[in-house]
Amino acid sequence: MTDAPLIVTGRFGQSDAHTLAGYQSTGGYEVLQRALTTMTPEQVSAEVKTSELLGRGGAGFPTGTKWGFCPPGVFPRYLVINGDESEPGTYKDRMLMELDPHQLIEGTMLTAYAVGVAQAFIYVRGEMALAQERLATALNEAYEAGFIGRNVCGTDFSTDITLTWGAGAYIVGEETALIESLEGNRGMPRLKPPYFPAAKGLYMQPTVVNNVETIANLPWIVANGGAAFKAIGAPTSTGMRMFAVSGHVNRPGVYEVPNGTTTFRDLFEKSEYCGGILGGRAVKAFIPGGASAPWFYPEHLDLPLDKPTVDKAGSMLGSGAIVVMDETTDVVKATWRVVRFFARESCGKCTPCREGTNWLEKILKRIIDGHGRPGDLDLLMDLSDNISPGIAWPPRQTTICPLGPSAVSPIASAISHFRDEFEHYIVHGTPGVPEASRG
Amino acid sequence: MARLTEAHVALAREVIGRFPRPKSALITLLHIAQEQDGYITDDAMAHLAELLDITPAEVLGTCSFYEMFKLEPVGRYCVNVCTNISCQLSGGWELLEHAEKSLGIKAGSTTDDGLFTLEDVECIAACTEAPCLQVNYRYRYKVTAADFDRLVADLRAGRLNNEVPPHGVLARVRQHVRPERWAGTGAEAQSKVDAR
Amino acid sequence: MADQNGDLSITVDGRPVPAKPGEFVIAAADRAGIYIPHFCWHPRMSSVGMCRQCLVEVDGPRGPSLVVSCMTTVADGQVVHTESPTVKKAQEGVLEFLLANHPLDCPVCDKGGECPLQDQAFSHGPGESRFVEEKRHYAKPIPVSSLVLLDRERCILCDRCTRFAEEVAGDPLIQFTHRGSELQVLTFPDEPFSSYFSGNTVQICPVGALTATPYRFKARPWDLDESESTCTTCAVGCRMAVQSSRNQLVRYQGVDADGVNWGWLCDKGRFGFEAVNSPDRISAPLVRQGDELIETTWSAALTAAAGAIKEALADRGSDSVAVLGGARGTNEDAYAWAKLAKAVIGTDHVDAQLADGLDPSVLFGLPRATIDETCASKTIVLFGPDLKEELPVLYLRIRDAAERRQTRLVEISPTATGLTRHTYASLRYRPGEQGALISALLAEGPVPGLDDATVAPVRAQLRSGGSITVVVGRASLADRSEPLNVAVGALARLDGVRFLPVARRGNVHGALDMGMAPGLLPGRRSLTDAGDALRERWASVPTEAGLDATGILRAAADGAVACLVLLGSDPLADFPDRDLARRALVGAGTVVAVDTHHNASNAHADVILAAAAYGEKAGTTTNVEGRVSRVSQKVTARGLARADWIIAAELAVRLGADLGLESLDAIRDEIVAVAPSHSGITAAALDAQPDGVVASGPAALAFVAPEAPADPPKVDAYALRLVVSRVLYDAGVALSKAPDLAPLAPGTRLHLNGIDHDRLGITPGATVRVSSARTNIMLAAERDDSVPRGSAWIAFNQPDAAIAELIDLSSAVTDVRVETL
Ligand SMILES: Cc1cc2nc3c(=O)[nH]c(=O)nc-3n(C[C@H](O)[C@H](O)[C@H](O)COP(=O)(O)O)c2cc1C
Ligand code: SF4
Ligand code: FES
Repeated sequence: MTDAPLIVTGRFGQSDAHTLAGYQSTGGYEVLQRALTTMTPEQVSAEVKTSELLGRGGAGFPTGTKWGFCPPGVFPRYLVINGDESEPGTYKDRMLMELDPHQLIEGTMLTAYAVGVAQAFIYVRGEMALAQERLATALNEAYEAGFIGRNVCGTDFSTDITLTWGAGAYIVGEETALIESLEGNRGMPRLKPPYFPAAKGLYMQPTVVNNVETIANLPWIVANGGAAFKAIGAPTSTGMRMFAVSGHVNRPGVYEVPNGTTTFRDLFEKSEYCGGILGGRAVKAFIPGGASAPWFYPEHLDLPLDKPTVDKAGSMLGSGAIVVMDETTDVVKATWRVVRFFARESCGKCTPCREGTNWLEKILKRIIDGHGRPGDLDLLMDLSDNISPGIAWPPRQTTICPLGPSAVSPIASAISHFRDEFEHYIVHGTPGVPEASRG
Repeated sequence: MARLTEAHVALAREVIGRFPRPKSALITLLHIAQEQDGYITDDAMAHLAELLDITPAEVLGTCSFYEMFKLEPVGRYCVNVCTNISCQLSGGWELLEHAEKSLGIKAGSTTDDGLFTLEDVECIAACTEAPCLQVNYRYRYKVTAADFDRLVADLRAGRLNNEVPPHGVLARVRQHVRPERWAGTGAEAQSKVDAR
Repeated sequence: MADQNGDLSITVDGRPVPAKPGEFVIAAADRAGIYIPHFCWHPRMSSVGMCRQCLVEVDGPRGPSLVVSCMTTVADGQVVHTESPTVKKAQEGVLEFLLANHPLDCPVCDKGGECPLQDQAFSHGPGESRFVEEKRHYAKPIPVSSLVLLDRERCILCDRCTRFAEEVAGDPLIQFTHRGSELQVLTFPDEPFSSYFSGNTVQICPVGALTATPYRFKARPWDLDESESTCTTCAVGCRMAVQSSRNQLVRYQGVDADGVNWGWLCDKGRFGFEAVNSPDRISAPLVRQGDELIETTWSAALTAAAGAIKEALADRGSDSVAVLGGARGTNEDAYAWAKLAKAVIGTDHVDAQLADGLDPSVLFGLPRATIDETCASKTIVLFGPDLKEELPVLYLRIRDAAERRQTRLVEISPTATGLTRHTYASLRYRPGEQGALISALLAEGPVPGLDDATVAPVRAQLRSGGSITVVVGRASLADRSEPLNVAVGALARLDGVRFLPVARRGNVHGALDMGMAPGLLPGRRSLTDAGDALRERWASVPTEAGLDATGILRAAADGAVACLVLLGSDPLADFPDRDLARRALVGAGTVVAVDTHHNASNAHADVILAAAAYGEKAGTTTNVEGRVSRVSQKVTARGLARADWIIAAELAVRLGADLGLESLDAIRDEIVAVAPSHSGITAAALDAQPDGVVASGPAALAFVAPEAPADPPKVDAYALRLVVSRVLYDAGVALSKAPDLAPLAPGTRLHLNGIDHDRLGITPGATVRVSSARTNIMLAAERDDSVPRGSAWIAFNQPDAAIAELIDLSSAVTDVRVETL
């Protein structure tokens, strides 16, 4: 299947792809022009629907269906492109913004046309200075070239794209928090319901929020047709998809692979991808879809990167972030580090998340510092249960957003599989793996 | 130099004009203030409140939510070493330890000469290039101890002045749209809704 | 099944509970008396779902699921469980999280004993803490304003204070800052939470994180004795609980009266007990001996006062006695004094307003609206004072109507006000010109001074049909009221219009209802319309309308008043024309003051009768709507002080008459009998409706629109038209005798539009000379674009300057010249 076309990363090898000239040299903005002059917005939407493109931001929701949730007749509508990429292990949107900003802009304009938005916003993560520069440059060029703004491509379609960026807050990647941030507020999520962005989003108007990678697929889909996209990958996970594989592999990297058919083992072992586990060691566990996802173990290696399959196996593909831990990994320390992330990034709105994640982090830190207490594991599990009742997957989510329950995933995963390593720490004050220095 | 300069006020007004509602510009305006002063001063927050017709407390509320806005002065260079999971698995902590030793400070503090602030940060989206760091939000990938020392030496010697501007300066290219090209459809439609 | 009212039914723990469509489960349960633990939810604010304490289970197609009851909307037939093991576990989990970092310093916390967190920890929480880590630490209480302290360690981050500040008060000066476990509530450095409503945050704080300086460490909750009452600091009449400890007033708490204050109070009202407790109280009767006022017995003082009245009657007739004031007391006080003055002494020179109020025909001769009716109107015309300054909780209600309902505000005022930012349209006039402006606005054709683009939407809104309520009152004290009446005449012709006439003083509406105004009798009737019931009980009724406050003071200044009674009034501070007030106090024969505190005016008195203050006497009071509700006695009166009505009855006896008013009940019965507007307001009715009963009655006084007066003089090019109005914090007793409030009075500055300010060449902050036809005073000038060009605004009655020296009420308006020095 390696003959599948690279859909969004095709120009990554082209050194001037980020310039307007470079982009146009490979046919850039032709689709936009064609769509605006020969297709209705409904036709563009229909192609996206046919493609069955699933959102790449984490939840994997069908993009065409999401657009359809905007209540008919309610205007203005807004479009927000989510470039906040902060989920640990995730690295793809930044590449798309730095290396091929015009592709994203063209996708944004196609979406804006299809959905009928009054204005679009590209919200880049604050820490990504180069992506911001590349997008600013690209937007300025595209505005001047008539691809954005007043009378796009000489048609009577007009809409603006405002570039803006955050200032360091993972939670702002969550779509309602993103909207709060875009309103100039603290990035605290809103409760869904009633604040579904499609109905009550930016300024309480219908708002479509899509991930950068999702939207980067648009030019290809509209150019080649939804059916062509759907023909790639698995029926339940269509097209190509970017996965960032990091951790204990020989060639960590970002790979665009056929969605739904490639397996984890393919990714980790094949020579065109990661080329095997570091030092030829065995996999101990891996995170299949970002820090929020429950962990997978060697028995999951042959699962395809297919949304329903992974969901059914009790985790998620999330943001396409795969972190591989080999047999030398100190899983207690790995657990602590992931939990520390959630504790630091909790917005603080919900009591269980604000207080609970911090408490969990303190207990885990105490354990790895050699001050574990006998009841700590039960306490960790009980507090986890109080943050995420039943510790179910997907979480029952009694908090406003999934961040709080996400902190529970690594704890539940690690304690259920590696309880002895935790107990070793508690009894001896030291790691239970021989070569823990690496992790 | 704590209120925005006239040039920055003009820039702020341009930014405000790119949003359907003024307060949406707040985070961008805070970045402009931080670019001007290296951190966010109380006077700057009060000035932004005036520009947006909100209270300074509201500005503080937003500002303090976001990690990148510094309410106290920081070094000319903020060195952010990632220790999150992918980097932890590939030597992130060892890199941080080396940085602490090499700069002679603990993570979370600033060197006496005011040149470097070192931080232990969350994932910076370069996981496949671990261990990695950012200096003033410019990336360095697969950083070894020697790489780190060279980076510090280059920064001290001013050899990276072109590549790494002082803390506060983020993108050096700004979005700028000539009024003739700006559609203005968002603000127009929103003001109709807001007029109730 | 939804019943015919559209109400739904849900089941909570097996009990059927009625619910209103759109409301949240917790609200329906709350009304049915089912308590769901919660911290962030508050029935008068939007739900935020922050604390997650209110988790319950709701049955769904896939079994029960845990949801927050404060953000889950009711649905007909919904089945809710609040006590299932899953719910208990979840709730206890949240409580444990809240307590993890809480300092548990209950023994030294003001909230200890009345703290929901403490209560729930006792009833649900696990005994021993599993949290062995280091707790969060913050600097112990930091002042967020001069009235409120914040202890961030105790704070459970429920968003109540911050939400109140932003959503209810419109003063987003306290905010959440930082995030995650560092999330905290803070003000901006050097910008305190100086909201008129800050005390509410203390009341709604579910723990002891916010405490009030005036109450801190004053009492423990279990020592408190409490009665429901009504605030009489201004005429909104907020319901509140008055609390005392060891016979001293220590705290007032807002009570949620649906038609009035929704539980809120302003800080002036909330902390008003400090003035009652002031050492400056008059605690015994006093009589003048030479230059000094000497304490004496009641008998001697009453004899002296009655003697002065008798002498005046004997020498110069009943026309030589006048009573100024009466708005500070209860309705019963006012009735007794009206009867004393009009039926026993026989004078109609009685006025509870001090030239700052409304013509009784505006109050009683026009269709009236309640606060609820006002807030439900499609259009509210604001044609009166700055409500935020004068009637703060009415401001909250109208702000809510504009922000959260479909109501549009059209403001017509001499300067911008607290509500201006919430208006649909806001027009400025120059005092004296309002009659002409509104007449032109409501006619066809151009409106002088306004362009069509401004006028058209206002006209369209006023003519759009639907309900219109005009909030009418005096916007400035530096001019006379005739133009206002002309404007009211024009507004009264709008289709279906109603009025909410607003006068500020505590019980001024009650005093007028009881006849404390020239030409009026109890029950909103004129002298010619006494009715049999009143004639039976009143020995006589004046035949001719007497003088109003200005007339009384002029007569006194001219030597025509042999005995002037100051019934809780302080004309030197409170009357807009100070020169006249001064001449009147000097010119009056004998001055008898009935008062609670020493003040500049009663320093001139020959006899002072010590009056009981708020909280020291029971009765009823009447608010702007005409709503009558009870005030309670909570402590014994200071020293020998007595209620005004008792003083009236005693004076009557010494004048050889009998008021026939032996008790409060007797007075209430007599009011019910003689005042048709109050015939339904019996003791039983007040018991049944503690939030009050709105008096309504025959509009026996007809409002007759006056002829437009001659155009006021144009302001000449060198002058500015003066606007003088009250601000909440002034030099009145409620403020100046309250140690924690007194420093809040902002002081006097001359406010000018930036263009005038620069045209006059004023250096910012410089002192200028302000001259009227009367005199001149020195004031610091301030640029303030809420003042239109050509006008100048100065706050009335501040401790640092007597602005009333500039005002001459014999001219229609006050113009001033401003010179730099
Ligand atoms: C805690 C949290 C963090 C998230 N961070 C991101 C992010 O950084 N980028 C992103 O695109 N989506 C993120 N999401 C998902 C968004 O809420 C949203 O589902 C997504 O942007 C929708 O785009 P898509 O449909 O194209 O995937 C996050 C969600 C949660 C709950
Ligand atoms: S779960 Fe955590 S991050 Fe999400 S809204 Fe609640 S407190 Fe904020
Ligand atoms: S009361 Fe429902 S979350 Fe706080």
